[in-house]
Amino acid sequence: MTTIGYYPGCSLHGTGRELDMSIRAVAEVAGVILTEIDDWNCCGASAAHSLNHNLAVALPYRNLALAEEQGLTEVLAPCAACFSRLKGTTVRLRRSDALLETMRGITEHDYHGTVRILSMIDFGSRLLDEGLAEKLTAPLDGLKVAPYYGCLLARGEEIVEGYDAEQPTGMDAALEAAGCEIVPWNFAVECCGGGFSMSLTEAVVDLSNAILTDAEEAGADALVTSCPMCHSNLDMRQRTINEAGLGPHNLPILYLSEVLGLAAGLQPERLGLDRHFVDAMRVAERSA
Amino acid sequence: MARVGVFICHCGENIGRTVDCPAVAEAAGRLPGVVESVDYKYMCSDPGQQMIKDAIKEKKLTGVVVAACSPRMHEPTFRRAAAEAGLNPFLLEMANIREHCSWVHEDREQATAKAVDLVRVMVEKVKRNAELNPIRVPVEPTALVIGGGIAGIQAALDVANGGKKVVLVEKSPSLGGHMARLSETFPTLDCSQCILTPRMVEVAAHPNIELLTYSEVTNVDGFVGNFEVTIKQKARYVDPDTCTGCGACYQKCPVKKIPSEFDAALGSRTAIYTPFPQAVPNKPVIDAEHCLMLTKGKCGLCEKVCPTGAINYEDTDREVTRKVGAIIVATGFQLWDHSAYGEYGAGKLADVIDGFQFERLLSASGPTGGEVRRPSDGQVPQTVVFIQCCGSRDPKRGVEYCSKICCMYTAKHAMLYRHKVHDGRAVVFYMDVRAGGKGYDEFVRRAIEADGAEYVRGRVSRIYRRADGKLIVRGADTLAALPVTIEADLVVLADAIVPQTRSAELAQMLGIAYDMNGFYSEAHPKLRPVETATAGVFLAGACQSPKDIPDSVAQASAAASKALGLFSNPELEREPIIARVNETTCVHCRACINACPYTAIDDYDITDRNGNVIRTVARVNEGLCQGCGTCVAVCRSNSIDLDGFTDEQVLAEIATLE
Repeated sequence: MTTIGYYPGCSLHGTGRELDMSIRAVAEVAGVILTEIDDWNCCGASAAHSLNHNLAVALPYRNLALAEEQGLTEVLAPCAACFSRLKGTTVRLRRSDALLETMRGITEHDYHGTVRILSMIDFGSRLLDEGLAEKLTAPLDGLKVAPYYGCLLARGEEIVEGYDAEQPTGMDAALEAAGCEIVPWNFAVECCGGGFSMSLTEAVVDLSNAILTDAEEAGADALVTSCPMCHSNLDMRQRTINEAGLGPHNLPILYLSEVLGLAAGLQPERLGLDRHFVDAMRVAERSA
Repeated sequence: MARVGVFICHCGENIGRTVDCPAVAEAAGRLPGVVESVDYKYMCSDPGQQMIKDAIKEKKLTGVVVAACSPRMHEPTFRRAAAEAGLNPFLLEMANIREHCSWVHEDREQATAKAVDLVRVMVEKVKRNAELNPIRVPVEPTALVIGGGIAGIQAALDVANGGKKVVLVEKSPSLGGHMARLSETFPTLDCSQCILTPRMVEVAAHPNIELLTYSEVTNVDGFVGNFEVTIKQKARYVDPDTCTGCGACYQKCPVKKIPSEFDAALGSRTAIYTPFPQAVPNKPVIDAEHCLMLTKGKCGLCEKVCPTGAINYEDTDREVTRKVGAIIVATGFQLWDHSAYGEYGAGKLADVIDGFQFERLLSASGPTGGEVRRPSDGQVPQTVVFIQCCGSRDPKRGVEYCSKICCMYTAKHAMLYRHKVHDGRAVVFYMDVRAGGKGYDEFVRRAIEADGAEYVRGRVSRIYRRADGKLIVRGADTLAALPVTIEADLVVLADAIVPQTRSAELAQMLGIAYDMNGFYSEAHPKLRPVETATAGVFLAGACQSPKDIPDSVAQASAAASKALGLFSNPELEREPIIARVNETTCVHCRACINACPYTAIDDYDITDRNGNVIRTVARVNEGLCQGCGTCVAVCRSNSIDLDGFTDEQVLAEIATLE
């Protein structure tokens, strides 16, 4: 059995519960053991790097060091921000021995650079390779989906490694394996409003509205994301957007892991589909 | 006993700043055999050369060392001066204390010591130099011009009008190149075809020009004055001698949907075709890839309708060879493929087109008859966005350089669009406008002020097609510091100018250098802009760097005059730096014959007085040898030496460094 480390971060214990549930469920189907890093801490997200550079590196560094000490060589960081911070830290450490020394001093942990951080996209293809492909017995035949990457799953050239920031296709293989039809659309890498959900809701309303509009015009039945922040903006704020006189939208926002779970024949409740603001249970009915 | 003179040049500050030239002169003066050693500010100047000449006469010098710049720069200058003073020019050597010393070092003391070493090495060499006499080789007064675009046409006509023969090779079925596809030309808006086609006709009719279209150069042997060129004439399947160009064949051809290269895939052509109605020669060829007869063995319609029986399905590629004295390379450019830009639609949006496509939409002979109609639905676009620097000045995903001509043709495009669609909106995104040239900036101002093109300084970050068919162009207006979004009907990308796909292959065939971008390198960026480092090979047009029509024509005329200069003498002097076989010690192992990259060494039978072969040895052909020294290195019996670089000279140079 393959073991992959797991770094849920704050979202997956909060607003991104469905992501956590669906990841654990599909990992189980694929026969992959997820081992949560013991005593993990905050990745720093968007707050730390605007305060203190060392803090912004030290927080992810400690998580990497813990993972290494606990014998984990690969760690899944499902949240796009966690992924970017953790993977970005591995890149920065590779570039600078001085930074590595500083971090050793600050955290009193010796990290040797052996941990590989996986994004949700990496994880999806990994599960297919691990045997999930043969277990997708209930494909979502013909479900038209718009794969949505947002900012951090496609950007940071050295971080995402090999994806084209302007035309990412990382989710395509997994979605096609799940029986989905990918619609060509224009807003796959546009900003959803990100962390402005609370502080500048109007911006999120505008930006997310544009994304939803384009996906609907492209004929999508659902939008698929891998980021809990995007999900909360596009799913939770859909009502706000409609109330602002835009739309009206009624577009289910799915996680990649939920799509894979449905195609594997799992109960939608086990994947958290019943927890969405915009009804996502209707998608489950498409599953053969 | 050797009497060597040493002359140290300061090259103004270039050498003098880093090297203590008087100290070098003093040290050189103490070397055995040196009878004169002086330094001077500019040795290449007239008084400097006079110093050398005077010393040769007064001190009866047997050898001269000039310590100055690279011999590539001024060796001919100083050798000429030595010859004028009565010294065999090959008794003068240069020590390079500029490129090899002052320009690459900072420490004055160490640089001075190195300069002394470099001088000492050359003194030891020159003591062992032998008098050499230039080799004279005949010159074939015919020029090969590769490429039949405007640069090649101009070069061919200039050489031919100068009274010399020309072989013009063009890979496509017609002369004309890219210029034939243009609508009107900046900065005067004269019709491209109107000024070009008479020249094409002139080429075809010129008694001094042999025109080989649908042909490619496949091999080049020989050297300046005596190149032997192999040319592949691709099978045309139409006999150009019997064909009258009546056009019955392509009117009947059933394969009609082949994207036309000439119309940048906006129009289509048949399998038997002439690229455009004014083609020269105006004789069709059959595209073997698409012809039903040639691919499936059925059809034969063109053969049936041809009134002169010119169709020949059995035609094959032919190879011909030509002897030429000079080669003018005018292979031109192509556009960079913008499908690398995902943010501009990755080449998949029908209404995001390149500059050539827009030229064809503007052209009276184009697929829309000169009406601007967009490819997707044939509608007249009411808003057209032009984006400059697409791929240019983008070291990461495109090319690093400026493509030079796009600012001008974009201004022309915006202008012509406004002339044709009076109420239309033309928006140009630019980084900065580079309109250096006679009448050029005035032209851009006219596009803005008289024709109302809207210029927005900034880059476009994304183009996508909205469901209603509008192209949404999002970018930045960096002067207003605002994001801009434009709903456009058509977007024209000014794609970067890049070399032809197989430019490197041709360069290797010709033995000429090319830069990191694939453009051919001139011999000197300022002083020898049309010559290559290979004697007898000249450059014209955009194969060297992005160029507009006036620049291409100017360079073509310059290249032609270089070729005519070369042809002005029936013989050519070349450096006598060639290998020589000692026939008494040669054991005829043939290692040198196999190693020679120029096939300049051959077997030679030594016969007795009755004509019986007593021994076979290797012998060097003086005309072909390039003096590379490869044979010297492989000779097992130490029987080959290189004139001017003998083992004795080289070993003496090395020995003095210990």
